[in-house]
Amino acid sequence: MAEELNRPQDELLSETEELEKRSAAARLFDVRRVIGGLFVVYGVIVTLLGLFNSSKDMEKAQGVRINLWMGLSMLVLGLLFLAWMWWRPTVVPSTEELREELREERDNNREG
Amino acid sequence: MGVFAAAGPGVRLDLDVFDYLILVIYFATVLGIGFAARRAISTSADFFLSGRSMPAWVTGLAFVSANLGALEIIGMAANGAQYGLMTLHYYWIGAVPAMVFLGIVMMPFYYGSKVRSVPEFLRLRFNRPTHLLNASIFAIAQVLIAGVNLYALALILDALLGWPLWASIVVGAAIVLTYITIGGLSSAIYNEVLQFFVIIAGLLPITIVGLVKVGGINGLFDAVRDSKLGDAALHTWQGTAGSDNPLGANWIGIVFGLGFVLSFGYWTTNFAEVQRALSAKDMSAARRTPIIGAFPKLIIPIITVIPGLIAIVTVKGLGAKTGDLTYNNSIPLLMRDLLPNGVLGVAVTGLVASFMAGMAANVSGFNTVFTYDLWQSYVRKGRSDDYYLRVGRIATVAGIIISIGTAFIAAGYDNIMNYIQALFSLINAPLFATFIVGMFWKRMSAWAGFWSLLLGTLSSLTLYLLYLADVVKFNSDLEESFWGAGLAFGTAVVVAVIVTLVTRPKPEDDLRGLVYGLAGTSTSGDAVLAADKVWWRNPVLLGGIAVVLAFLLYIPVW
Repeated sequence: MAEELNRPQDELLSETEELEKRSAAARLFDVRRVIGGLFVVYGVIVTLLGLFNSSKDMEKAQGVRINLWMGLSMLVLGLLFLAWMWWRPTVVPSTEELREELREERDNNREG
Repeated sequence: MGVFAAAGPGVRLDLDVFDYLILVIYFATVLGIGFAARRAISTSADFFLSGRSMPAWVTGLAFVSANLGALEIIGMAANGAQYGLMTLHYYWIGAVPAMVFLGIVMMPFYYGSKVRSVPEFLRLRFNRPTHLLNASIFAIAQVLIAGVNLYALALILDALLGWPLWASIVVGAAIVLTYITIGGLSSAIYNEVLQFFVIIAGLLPITIVGLVKVGGINGLFDAVRDSKLGDAALHTWQGTAGSDNPLGANWIGIVFGLGFVLSFGYWTTNFAEVQRALSAKDMSAARRTPIIGAFPKLIIPIITVIPGLIAIVTVKGLGAKTGDLTYNNSIPLLMRDLLPNGVLGVAVTGLVASFMAGMAANVSGFNTVFTYDLWQSYVRKGRSDDYYLRVGRIATVAGIIISIGTAFIAAGYDNIMNYIQALFSLINAPLFATFIVGMFWKRMSAWAGFWSLLLGTLSSLTLYLLYLADVVKFNSDLEESFWGAGLAFGTAVVVAVIVTLVTRPKPEDDLRGLVYGLAGTSTSGDAVLAADKVWWRNPVLLGGIAVVLAFLLYIPVW
């Protein structure tokens, strides 16, 4: 093993470290898409409600068009997340690439 | 706790079809995350540690969200209404320094040794009895607290929406169970990040509309001055020379009891929190996790303490012992009074989200400790990884079912936060003492770890029981938890020293990377300070900024 062990030898932990090497975590989707998507939907719903607010609603909210403002804010937040994802996408390796990687690793281990 | 149950139709909210639509969309999204996260799980390391692949901003927000359970939100708003701005201590001195300390000083030990849980660090540093003791206490506590979260969710949905208790318990438990059993820690963490934003979006309108109603922050402070709280509620440190202040605690209690023992105990050793950092993709991200979490923590009082103050000046008769007007109902009452349909739906969703965030953190901490630290270490060793993955999923289901049952233990308390505090002062304060001595004193022996942990826990438990039996008197539950934590910490340190002196130390080679100064690649002074190639990702710099900000925020409200 090239890397220096940063703790006393321990069987259980070594096993888990081996497992981390064949992790599928790289296949995890990007959470920014979910946050962006949900807030765009919420933003649209609440903004529309805000546009058609009754005077009773306005009165309850102390005259603040709270639905309109919160709706627009949520919409902007959602769009910002989607823009961030578009601007800096996470590189999700395809299944073939992952397999390739695994194969290489296994070969390396055999040599080492 | 009984307070929610007593709340009759008085805090019932009038939700319309759009509010329910918002809530249903949220439930669907949460479950969707669980199902979509499933394909990212092929090993137990994926299920329990997210394959150590998360970026720092995700783990950082999950870190703060795991703590942003609805008990916390409702409890802190209640404290805001009851004690005023002194509640800020829970956020600033009572959280930020400990979070920064975790990132800068302790994370190199945790993440560097690649342990899979906090109890596991004790197994390496001390011995198996210490490990078994801590893992068992932790597992039981997590199930208890998850039960509290679940029961509280049911009570508040009963009060706000008129849902029967059993229906809320079943729906809430089923959703959390589904997304964690299927998607593991990745699913829990992703949902926590989402929950963070939903909670903020849901509660911010209360603060905005509330402040408009009372005439801005100045209007609010003027009104508080004229309220039953008075001017004392607008200061955090003034009046803490004695105990003549709303919190009834002097500055020594605040700094050492809350700011040091309770807070460091909670933030640095609570696995439900630390687990988020352990799932980070590298050491730098792991160390930044709690520090990134510290920045939102600084400003969360805007949606908790401020609404508490708004409630005390706008809701007539708030502060009743029973009925609709208890302190715990501060946020629900403001939702009823101020929010029109639409944002009301988001606010209800935010509260539901925060219950789930809190409960999911407990459950995902529980299933990891149960599987790795109890089952794999002591019951069934050496099975295949698929086997442990299955155990983890079964443990999740079993843990949630037990937590439903234990929920009712909490029913006897009138302030939920105090119950939680009592539990933490029992569990975390001695643990922190054992950790901190063990990390910096290589001479400390294996059995010293066991005895300091055991006797520390027993000492605070004894004090708590004596307090409950009225043998020992304190001004408040809160004061008891300060003293209980302090006693546990002191006992643990003293026992650690005494036992060490009469037992043999562990060989230095067995402590590599676990104790400061012993040949760890990640724990040397230089490695701790340098940490990242890019200066703006340096944990020491970011942590320093967080602490300075906490200090500056105190100035206008000292």
